[in-house]
Amino acid sequence: MLYSSQAVAKPYFIAAIGLFVGQILFGVIMGLQYVVGDFLFPLIPFNVARMVHTNLLIVWLLFGFMGASYYLVPEESEKELHSPKLALALFWIFLGAGVLTILGYLLVPYAQLAELTGNSILPTMGREFLEQPTIIKIGIVVVVLGFLYNVGMTILQGRKTVITLVLLTGLVGLAVLFLFSFYNPTNLVLDKYFWWWVVHLWVEGVWELIMASILAFVLIKVTGVDREVIEKWLYIIIAMALITGLIGTGHHYFWIGAPEYWQWWGSIFSALEPIPFVLMMLFAFTMVKNKRREHPNKIATLWALGTAVVAFLGAGVWGFLHTLAPVNYYTHGTQLTAAHGHLAFYGAYVMIVLTIISYAMPILRGKESEANCEQAQRFETWAFWLMTIAMLCITLFLTVAGALQVYLMRAAENPLSFMVMQDKIALWYWLREGAGVVFLIGLVAYIASFFVGDKKAG
Amino acid sequence: MNEIFTKSMARNVYYGGSIFFILLFLALTLDTTIALPERDHRENITEQVAHGKTIWEENDCIGCHTLLGEGAYFAPELGNVYKRRGPGFIKAWLKAMPTNVPGRRQMPNFNLTDEELDALEAFLKWSSEINTANWPPNIEG
Repeated sequence: MLYSSQAVAKPYFIAAIGLFVGQILFGVIMGLQYVVGDFLFPLIPFNVARMVHTNLLIVWLLFGFMGASYYLVPEESEKELHSPKLALALFWIFLGAGVLTILGYLLVPYAQLAELTGNSILPTMGREFLEQPTIIKIGIVVVVLGFLYNVGMTILQGRKTVITLVLLTGLVGLAVLFLFSFYNPTNLVLDKYFWWWVVHLWVEGVWELIMASILAFVLIKVTGVDREVIEKWLYIIIAMALITGLIGTGHHYFWIGAPEYWQWWGSIFSALEPIPFVLMMLFAFTMVKNKRREHPNKIATLWALGTAVVAFLGAGVWGFLHTLAPVNYYTHGTQLTAAHGHLAFYGAYVMIVLTIISYAMPILRGKESEANCEQAQRFETWAFWLMTIAMLCITLFLTVAGALQVYLMRAAENPLSFMVMQDKIALWYWLREGAGVVFLIGLVAYIASFFVGDKKAG
Repeated sequence: MNEIFTKSMARNVYYGGSIFFILLFLALTLDTTIALPERDHRENITEQVAHGKTIWEENDCIGCHTLLGEGAYFAPELGNVYKRRGPGFIKAWLKAMPTNVPGRRQMPNFNLTDEELDALEAFLKWSSEINTANWPPNIEG
């Protein structure tokens, strides 16, 4: 690597992968609970497994984003990281807090966890994805502030590139919007309205800036295409992400009590939300087509193309599928939402983190050719296809389940009640569970790829 | 394309577009907050309803159920459960949990007091009266 302080990215990437494994294990547990209702009850009730599944996802993606920043910021800024020691200290604090939170979910009933952590002083718990005890949320803010200070100082004191400025904008946005997780009014409608400012404006707003800047960085490295060209693409992608995504928040405001004009604003702008993902796909393929060097790390290029394509499918196509208000009236809160959520998160955020890990890890591990040996790359390619195809299958099966759910419960002449309907679509949940197991196998293959061949550098 | 559309033009679209749409979003938000009291009937949020929301949150109900379509899809929608099942049902249901029927989805017993159960029901009653633009399509949720 060019700067020795880039090495702090390594523990972040390792922790990210470790937590990823935990996330998938709990996903497989939940998938089984859908069809074997009392599986692991009362040891791990469904809601606990779900908290662990979703919270681990968020935490490991944050580890991935931080690792990516620590890796690419020194190289872009052409100077060492402001404080590698701070980065390492924050790593252990964040990991400790994360593990403690997960153990809290698993070992203590949630109501007791709320009491133990003083939720009544500043109640923020018990809202989807924001289940963390308030004290942990404060800890997250502290860690993120320290992280922003560290990369911010490096960026401001070094060479400023479009990539680092976009990345920093995305990260600052992430931190600022998270503050809305502390706003929990008694009025459910207001609560929901501003809850989306964390959730939607993260994943369909500022996280897209982070994703696009990481993608741009990796594409410069593996294709050797001129920075000027890459930066122009980057600007236009993130411009479209924000132009469509901000008002696109409206697609969450159709049925939660907000005024009905949101059905127009939300439908129109979220129908445009696929545009940045189309551009990202064009961007990745054009850059790879016009490449000026043969980088030995083939699999990193595959991940970069893969993230662009699957993000387009998951966020773009599956998002559009149910985003228009007249359609969403029937599909809101069904398995179609779950289908979209799975493919969008995997394509956009899981795969971009795996892209930067795939590119950076061989360098961080001191491989002289800047790439893993052919055998390891072949292994990782297998993992890429296993995980990606499994996730596509999960999405397709949940889409069928969701469509049946809409018909049986909301469109049929004699609508079924929820649990009767669930029994009727159990087949599709079984198939989803099968695909989930294949995903887990793909993940094992992915981890194995780190230990294949090349003994001396391992 | 290189000649016609330059990097600085792309940058201007980014800055101009973002700022314009941030302001538009804030304006719509302001208008929404002004319009909301008519739709959410906040005058009916009693202390009991507020307490019910706390119980809802501190038992992570959203981890299995949806409320106005948001949450987990493992168990029934509860935004309209008060209208679907009527008064009294919610309380009796929670007391009867878990069913322990083999192979069926299980809901834990949260050991709530009568007072807490009443508060939860009051919260779900208030939730069922929010103007949700006629969602869900039918009473099943």
